[in-house]
Amino acid sequence: MPQTPMPPMSMFRTAVHPGLWEHKGKVAAVGVGHEGTARRWDGTAENCIGAWSIAACRKAIADAGVNPADVDGIVLDTSTTTGAHWPAGREIPMDVVQKFNQTDDPLDGIAQLSGEWMVKNMPELTNVKYIMTGPGCMSACIVVAAQAIGDGLAHTCLVLKSWHNLDGRYYQGGANAEPTISGNAKWTNPWAGPASLGTATQFQRYMYKYGKSHDMMAPFMQNSRHNGLMFPEGYWAQHRPEELPAEDYINARWVAKPANLFDNDIPIMASAAYLFTTAERARDMKQKPVYILNHARDNLVARGFGGFPTLEECEEACANVGVRLHEGAGIKPDDLSFENMYDGFSLFHVFHLEGLRTHGIGLGDALDAFQGDISISSPFPISPSGGNIGSGRTRFWKHTDCIQQIQGRAGARQISVPANIGVSGGPMPTGGNFTVWGSSPD
Amino acid sequence: MPKQSPVPDALDKPYFDALNEDRLVIQNWTCCQRLQHPPAATCGGCGSNQLQHMSWKQVSGNGTIYSYGVVYDSPIAVLQADQPYNVALIELEEDPGVKMLSHLPGRAVDDVPIGAKVKVIFETTPATGQKVPEWQVVS
Ligand SMILES: [Zn+2]
Repeated sequence: MPQTPMPPMSMFRTAVHPGLWEHKGKVAAVGVGHEGTARRWDGTAENCIGAWSIAACRKAIADAGVNPADVDGIVLDTSTTTGAHWPAGREIPMDVVQKFNQTDDPLDGIAQLSGEWMVKNMPELTNVKYIMTGPGCMSACIVVAAQAIGDGLAHTCLVLKSWHNLDGRYYQGGANAEPTISGNAKWTNPWAGPASLGTATQFQRYMYKYGKSHDMMAPFMQNSRHNGLMFPEGYWAQHRPEELPAEDYINARWVAKPANLFDNDIPIMASAAYLFTTAERARDMKQKPVYILNHARDNLVARGFGGFPTLEECEEACANVGVRLHEGAGIKPDDLSFENMYDGFSLFHVFHLEGLRTHGIGLGDALDAFQGDISISSPFPISPSGGNIGSGRTRFWKHTDCIQQIQGRAGARQISVPANIGVSGGPMPTGGNFTVWGSSPD
Repeated sequence: MPKQSPVPDALDKPYFDALNEDRLVIQNWTCCQRLQHPPAATCGGCGSNQLQHMSWKQVSGNGTIYSYGVVYDSPIAVLQADQPYNVALIELEEDPGVKMLSHLPGRAVDDVPIGAKVKVIFETTPATGQKVPEWQVVS
């Protein structure tokens, strides 16, 4: 794949007490564009991940009301996989590839996405000078784009994250089917299980430590699906508009107990793009600017195995992030009007939420909080986006929702309290990226 | 429980050789007095890659159950016949920060006492005969 540059680590705010963000309120999100969803790729050119990425970007540009020639930056995640990789030996559909302007890698636009491919296939983007990777997640793309605009590296920037999904079950073949195991997997494969096992061990320890039960997740899961069904761009709203009753959740099959089928988010295809610009330029655009007040990253190095940071490591990382977010935005924890922290696996949400130390929710309190009113009508709505649980595995619904809530454009999901300050980010409790969004630059 | 056989490499060969002699050794970075597992080419404390700072320390084989999960849907082919199965995280007596995985042989599914003491045993994996550490609850 053509190289899309990686951002320097200096763009991420990881200091214990980073101080007020130097660009607080000087960068704004203005436009939003979504394309999709589907459970898996149907093999057509119009539904390949490249086509959807182009469509999402064009929608974000139109939504913001900017001239495409004014776009001078694009930050994207070059990896588009939900876990499914192009199977070795499977023929690449050249009829699809040739419908686009190619790069030197035929999988570009089908199972991955370079900055070069995007620019080559959006001829209206005549002035893009800043192309950068946001590694792994929209959460990282947002941070890189916000910092780049603040630093003056770009003034009008597309922020893009896309996900492809292919046929078949994940991870079943390859090294997992062999009698021996080499590389890093030798430390886990002889014992381990599905991806959610690490989180399951964290949550098991959580229940032991605080005397809680998995059933206590049910109201959160119900609420998340309910909110997701009010997200017209989401997977469940589009394809399976069903609520998730508590008993269905509680009785679902285990994948890695205490993580069940619904605690594991459903992999889908989808694309989302945002248009970020300077606060100054945002004033003249079509939509109300949503100001970025701060961003922060967790850099805790877990001593446990890769997939198995301990509960205490998760708690420490999330608490560190909470402090960094509040301090850097110059806000108090209770200034948050709502939160959209990560939830795929759903059990993560407990750790993220407690890390914010907001609205009286401290360590060991999240599951109790879920037993009260956490809906969009409550004084402090929990995951009004519905997150991955409510709309499928994209890790971007929460960001879109923060922008739309503050713009007053969240439709049926619009929260009852004034949406002044929101927070979103993820994915993992350790190593994630997070953003504070505000209706005012101050 | 039959498992995949881990294939040693140059870095971790002393660890796997010791297991085959029924000894549990853990990588020890003397620069930071830090036990480290899985072993790595650098010290997780200071980043040193100086081999004179690295040794292998034999440990007691005593540990404690930190947490666990029960796997119902494993992607690892050889483990699927034994589903559902326990996977516990064991912390070593010498340094609770060092964790190891275990199926807790002899323990019923989902009957895992967090906080209980465990003792290492050495289990032969079928493909190559390489031994791996396993842990049993001390009654
Ligand atoms: Zn050291």
